[in-house]
Parts: sequence; C-alpha cells; structure tokens
Amino acid sequence: MAYSNKVIDHYENPRNVGSFAKDDPSIATGMVGAPACGDVMKLQIKVNEQGIIEDAKFKTYGCGSAIASSSLVTEWVKGKSLDEAQQIKNTDIAHELALPPVKIHCSILAEDAIKAAIADYKQKRGG
Amino acid sequence: MNYFQLFDLPASFELDLTELGSRYLALQRKFHPDNYAAASNRDRLMSVQQTANINDAYHSLKQPLLRAEHLLALRGLKISHEQRSFTDPVFLMQQMELREQLEEISSSDNPDDAIMAVEQQLQQQRKVLLKQLAAALEANTAEQNQQAAELVRKLKFFFKLQHELELIEQQIQD
Repeated sequence: MAYSNKVIDHYENPRNVGSFAKDDPSIATGMVGAPACGDVMKLQIKVNEQGIIEDAKFKTYGCGSAIASSSLVTEWVKGKSLDEAQQIKNTDIAHELALPPVKIHCSILAEDAIKAAIADYKQKRGG
Repeated sequence: MNYFQLFDLPASFELDLTELGSRYLALQRKFHPDNYAAASNRDRLMSVQQTANINDAYHSLKQPLLRAEHLLALRGLKISHEQRSFTDPVFLMQQMELREQLEEISSSDNPDDAIMAVEQQLQQQRKVLLKQLAAALEANTAEQNQQAAELVRKLKFFFKLQHELELIEQQIQD
C-alpha cells in the first residue's frame, strides 16, 4: 500500500516517542489496542494545574499509519485544554494524514487513546 | 451460512480436526468442477459456488479463532469486522511489555534463548486463554458468549505476537 507523505514523515521522524514516569501525579496514560491487527498504543499526557496539556508522549507497536496517527496527536494535544483535546476526532486525524479507508481504524485508535488518557487523568484527580 | 452444517458436524468449539479434514476432502471430491464438465451451465456454476463455500468453511473451522468467531456469529454475536478499540489497561500493559521483550531479542547476547523464553510465555498464555475460551463457548449463555468474544480479542493479540516473533526468528536466521 502507498502511504501518504505525511504518514511517511511521521513514521520516519516520529514526534514525542517515549514514556513519562508513571508515578508523577501530573501524568495520565491512555492504553488502547486493536484486536484485528494486534496494534497496541500508549499515549501519555502531562497536565498542568490549569488543566492544560503541557507535553505528550507515545509508544505504538503497529503499522505505519498507527504510528503516524499517534505521533500526530501528541503534537496536536500540546497546549490544548483537556476539553479541547477531548474534541479531536478520528476523521481529523485521517484527513490530515490522508489515510486510506482500510487504515481509518488507526485514526480511531489514536482518538480513543486521547480519550483514555483524559479519562485516566480525571480518575486520578478523583473524577 | 452455517459451516458446521455444511460438514454435518455439531456446532461446537471442540472439533475433531481429522474428521473435519476427511469430510472436507470428501465434499471437495463430490463437488469438484471436473465432475460437472458435461453438466448444465447451472449445475456447473453450482459446483463452482459449492467448492468455494467448502473451502471458506474449511478455512474458518480449521483455525480456532475463526472457528470461535463463526460460532459466535451463529449465536448472533458478530465480531469479525469490528473496529472498536480494546481498552483493558492491564492486558494492554502486558502486551506492551511482551512487545518490548520482542524488540530486545535481536540485541540480546543469546537471541536463541531470548526467542525461546518469549515463545514459552506466549504458548503458556495462549493455552490458558484457549482453555477459557472453550469453557465459555461450551457454557453458551449470553454472558459467557460476551466473555468468549473478549477472549477471542485477547487471543488475536497473542497470535499477532506469535507472528511477530516468527518474523524476528527469520531475520536472525538470515
């Protein structure tokens, strides 16, 4: 399959790969997976006292589109409030990366990873 | 289409694979297009269609995960094309760790031992999950069928890991 230039760029130069220390209270983690292709995605956000996402990191085991989708969202969430980040849609990710229909599930995975990370943060903060 | 019916086998996860194999060959012989060379167009088409069905059915029943999916579909639970994300954090964390172990194989001092160690873990986990899957499908209650669907999803991750491990093994051998 032919990947778009943007996918190749994120795949070859992924942004924000890695992990934060899990026990830091300002860090929240979202873990999601896609049974159909076995992809696993971890997205971590660092949230400041004002509820703004200061930093984000990801680790993804999967195809180029899954890696590009998670790399892209780490860029997108930085500087956003939790509410703003919650609004990121998989269709925006798919559009930005020009994902073909068979790879749409990768963008869904990335959207779900943000939502899982936000949910984890809220839970850590006691709802 | 009920693949179990096609082979006249009980709709069960526990399946005699030898029996399945011999029934498959018998049906293939019966509907082989060569037998219909002199038949009407309609019958020839039917034999081609039947041969395709028999191949699909055999392919699906032979593999445990596809068999479980087919069985669940017959029970009204279609999961083969679902795109929902899997979100069990404990399970996914374990998957992450296994992926990291796979990644470290090629740089380890003794890759063969490292492969063996992961292989054993994967085998062990698969065995446990397959056993749970068999029990859940056997119980065949609404709740247990949901549980079976969840186990199929988990097993897919393990089959993927196995595939990745085999790729690494090949790379190291080359």
